[in-house]
Amino acid sequence: MTRDSLITSENDVDIGLEFEGLEDEVDTFQEEHERERHRGKRRDGERAKKKKRGNGERRKRASNAGQEEEKLQARREKKGRRKRSSSDQQAEGREGDEAEQPTTKSSKAAKTRKNVKNEKTRKVEKEEKEDEADDEERNAKRKKKHGSNNKEENVEDGNKHTVKEKAGEVKKKKHKKVVETSSEKETSEEEDSEEEDSEEKEVRPETLTPEELETLKEAVDERKKLIQGLRGKPWAMKKKLVTLRESQEFVEKYEGALGKGKGRKLYAYKVMMTKKWMKFKRDFENFKTACIPWEMKIKEIESHFGSSVASYFIFLRWMYGINMILFCLTFGLVMVPEALMGRPYGTIPRKTVPRAEAPSAMDFAVLWDFGGYAQYSVLFYGYYNNQRAIGWLKFRMPLSYFLVGVGTVAYSYMVVIRTMARNANESGVGDDNSFNFSWKMFTSWDYLIGNPETADNKFASITTIFKEAILEEQESRKDDNIHLTRFLRVLANFLVLCCLAGSGYLIYFVVRRSQKFALDGLENHTWWERNEVNMVMSLLGMFCPMLFDVISALENYHPRVALQWQLGRIFALFLGNLYTFIIALMDEINLKREEEKIVKFNITTWEASLYNISASENSTAPPVTIQPADVPRGPCWETMVGQEFVRLMISDTMTTYITLLIGDFLRAVLVRFLNYCWCWDLEAGFPSYSEFDVSGNVLGLIFNQGMIWMGAFYAPCLPALNLLRLHVSMYLQCWAVMCCNVPQERVFKASGSNNFYMAMLLVILFLSTLPAIYTIVTIPPSFDCGPFSGKKHMFDVIQETLESDFPAWISKVFSSASNPGLVLPFILLMVLAIYYLQSTSKSYKEANVDLKKKLQTQNEENKKKNKLAALKAQMDLEEARKATSPSAEHQKNNNASPDQEADEEEDRGRGQRMYHSQNGRSPPPPRHDGYLPATRAPVPRNYHHGNQGSAGYLPGFPRESEARMHRVSSLQRH
Amino acid sequence: MGTTASQLGKDMLSEYQELTFLTKQEILLAHKRFTELLTKDEKDLPNTRVPMDRILTLPELKSNPFRKRICDVFSTSEYKDGGLTFEDFLDLLSAFSDSATLEIKSHYAFRIFDFDDDGTLDCGDLEKLVNCLTGETDDTRLTPEEMRQLINNILEESDIDKDGTVNLSEFQHVISRSPDFVSSFKIVL
Repeated sequence: MTRDSLITSENDVDIGLEFEGLEDEVDTFQEEHERERHRGKRRDGERAKKKKRGNGERRKRASNAGQEEEKLQARREKKGRRKRSSSDQQAEGREGDEAEQPTTKSSKAAKTRKNVKNEKTRKVEKEEKEDEADDEERNAKRKKKHGSNNKEENVEDGNKHTVKEKAGEVKKKKHKKVVETSSEKETSEEEDSEEEDSEEKEVRPETLTPEELETLKEAVDERKKLIQGLRGKPWAMKKKLVTLRESQEFVEKYEGALGKGKGRKLYAYKVMMTKKWMKFKRDFENFKTACIPWEMKIKEIESHFGSSVASYFIFLRWMYGINMILFCLTFGLVMVPEALMGRPYGTIPRKTVPRAEAPSAMDFAVLWDFGGYAQYSVLFYGYYNNQRAIGWLKFRMPLSYFLVGVGTVAYSYMVVIRTMARNANESGVGDDNSFNFSWKMFTSWDYLIGNPETADNKFASITTIFKEAILEEQESRKDDNIHLTRFLRVLANFLVLCCLAGSGYLIYFVVRRSQKFALDGLENHTWWERNEVNMVMSLLGMFCPMLFDVISALENYHPRVALQWQLGRIFALFLGNLYTFIIALMDEINLKREEEKIVKFNITTWEASLYNISASENSTAPPVTIQPADVPRGPCWETMVGQEFVRLMISDTMTTYITLLIGDFLRAVLVRFLNYCWCWDLEAGFPSYSEFDVSGNVLGLIFNQGMIWMGAFYAPCLPALNLLRLHVSMYLQCWAVMCCNVPQERVFKASGSNNFYMAMLLVILFLSTLPAIYTIVTIPPSFDCGPFSGKKHMFDVIQETLESDFPAWISKVFSSASNPGLVLPFILLMVLAIYYLQSTSKSYKEANVDLKKKLQTQNEENKKKNKLAALKAQMDLEEARKATSPSAEHQKNNNASPDQEADEEEDRGRGQRMYHSQNGRSPPPPRHDGYLPATRAPVPRNYHHGNQGSAGYLPGFPRESEARMHRVSSLQRH
Repeated sequence: MGTTASQLGKDMLSEYQELTFLTKQEILLAHKRFTELLTKDEKDLPNTRVPMDRILTLPELKSNPFRKRICDVFSTSEYKDGGLTFEDFLDLLSAFSDSATLEIKSHYAFRIFDFDDDGTLDCGDLEKLVNCLTGETDDTRLTPEEMRQLINNILEESDIDKDGTVNLSEFQHVISRSPDFVSSFKIVL
């Protein structure tokens, strides 16, 4: 029933809309209906012919251009109106639009009804045309055509119902299109469709007047716009396909006619190029999506576990991308040039394994610790030579090293901040909670879920969300014993602080102890003693979060708040551990520097003795060549720092993988297979399967990245190692998640926490670059290793380059720019700018709040008005009911109309009304974009009155009146 | 894959790309999945309509509480049986794809939630919607009292013109401000 009525109403709306305007407009519109139908029937066979005919007609018309211009004017007006009407119709009858498609059957009824009407209007039309009589030739043609049309119509009405239905469907689409775009060409095609003049074969643009060209161009542009916007239309595919084909054909047909002579060629060329460009763009898009790695894997996970687990993997992929860039920078600009163009291994002391270490330099245990050959390779800072330019490229190695170090940090900052800003933009609107319940209702289902278990969990969590929301709405929950909870919370925080302090002390203690071991020589100690620091840090990172989890049970927070606390505590733990580690490292650096001083002194004496020996044996003997392996050397603290970070990274990775294998895989295997012979249900009971801990994993990833940022300057191999790690964990974790994890019980939304993680990443980035920059700036580099050896500070390399590689004036500019007299005002200016921007943003926020308030008050007013209107309508209805039953229908309509006039703003049927109130709140919905050119004036308001007025004598009149009288009809029925 | 590509035809493929938010690969994948649903003799016929129960065996739809509605909404079948042709299927995937606009997503979401197809979400629709969201089991169901409260709250918030129902524009207005509608209203093959 609803569908049927929708169809009829849809069809009749068109007519009704036209009725309201001028009479002649109605005529032409009906005529077009007629023609459309006509054409629809024969369009397959006659398309080609029509083309020619249309062209012929155009030429003919061009000959009497004087009259034509008037016509055009009129047509343009009509077009505008029609467009408006079409857009309006879109607004009201969207459902109708789609519903019409599948229901050819029901459209039959509508059609017959309309046929009757058409007949009527046609007669009227004929008469009026005669009165008009400003274009006799045309008129004659029309009449002729109508005659034939009628004939055909009758025949078809008689026996070709099925054909007509089909045609009706096509017609409908066409009709829409005609309404939307200029109908001029269609008309011109149709008018001559009966004549058989095929002398003209090609489009002759010279014969077109500029106005026609203009309209033609407009039409073509509109078609193009239509094609572009087609995918955004909620139509069925068939309809879209037909529209697309017809529009494309139209565009192709008339595109060539645009422009004249040279301009025309240029235009055609341009059109061709745009087509090619579009195709290229589409192919490129396809290529790009095909290039996104692990897309299928992530989608699979998404469908099993919902979007929050997938968000971890997307984050992992994003991280992988960043590390790829960092790796390319360090690998391409530092490691490869040094390996290829720098002095080869063994030529200078810093590039050779010292004699004492040589026997064990190839041992796996040593290599695993990144000692031996690994230590004296491009992987670490110490290997690089301080030669200014290397190889035939004269590659400035030290400068490149420094700039890459700075560049990686700068790039990371840029990417993180940009991503944060984008995320903030996307989720910026979500902070007002005026639609708390509706959002929970309408948007809480995650359509990606394809796993029944996850679905069950989701059902449960949605239920709890609903219940919680209801409870919160009813009353803010009463705390049964506020003192106890307070006490417990304080206690919990105290315990957590104890844990943090304890873990910090433990790490400090272990690092100091390991230094002692290192002084003794690593060989005399067990494996545990050698790897104590890393192992302790990893173990702390593993077990403390569990402890925190237990402690947080004391606090009795809301799960969401509890999660935030938990994350904050883990964050503090990791950060504390990392910083204790760094402080211990600093101690070690200072120790090494002391050692370095001693070594430096020893070396001078050693060199002197060497010199003395060579001097005493006289000049006849060849100068003693000392193996570079024998040269005594300093401890090189930079390499030591790099090694520490690499070891930390490796052990962290290992613990992650091992916990994954034991905690997830082994547990899953045990639970799965021991379940057959166990006294309780292992799967449902205590151990069960593990859940995928999104937040913990994300935090782990973030801290790992922090280590990379910190250590990358001293160990250029770190990004490469990290890339490897991420790559492996992508596959490993994907596999682990799919095979041994169960979906989470509390399914969190991915979007809410995205920027939270990003903010953490930013904090970590800042905190990890801080010590790195501190060491680079304050501590002088070692004297005998690394690219900056022999300089006072590492950044002296910049100055050196400026002085020797650039013209003098540049260095002068730089030195004057770094003058405090310039720097201080610049900083002041920046501070002022920040202050200014902040205050403007504050004022914008205030303005926002004000506007919101205004909207709310307006909304309330609207509501009041609506209520009044509804009351009035109801009273009118009461009266109407008292009136006699046959005239009730009529009366109702009559009563509705004055009511409408009284309340113009609100009373326009439901569709309009809502649309309008939305207008008040936000910019109009974008769905009109496809139909309305930007310059089009808003829909005239009184337009609808005529519309309403016609309700009385149009059968099955629109949803408008039906909707309007919603309550009414229900009242009447009873 | 090669056979499916040739079966689909280059013109059709590019037209489908033009008309949907899907990429070429996605369309091909969709075609592959769709042909897997067809029986032997159906494969030769063009434009076959796959009945709803066979569509619902797709793992992507299997556990969706709105699966029947989704089929109903996207079906162009004249018998209203929820059967989908390949083009309907593409329409479905396009609306649920990553790059579909908020507008089209919200439009289809509205139609999915509009259980009785009357163009508005009234109390009955909302009740059915809540029941869909809370699952079939009794322990997750809401009590009638809770249900009433919930629906009242929703109408209070989103029924701007106070006619007791939520219509499309109201729905789109509400949805457009939601932070995670677009990210969760997705189905991928």
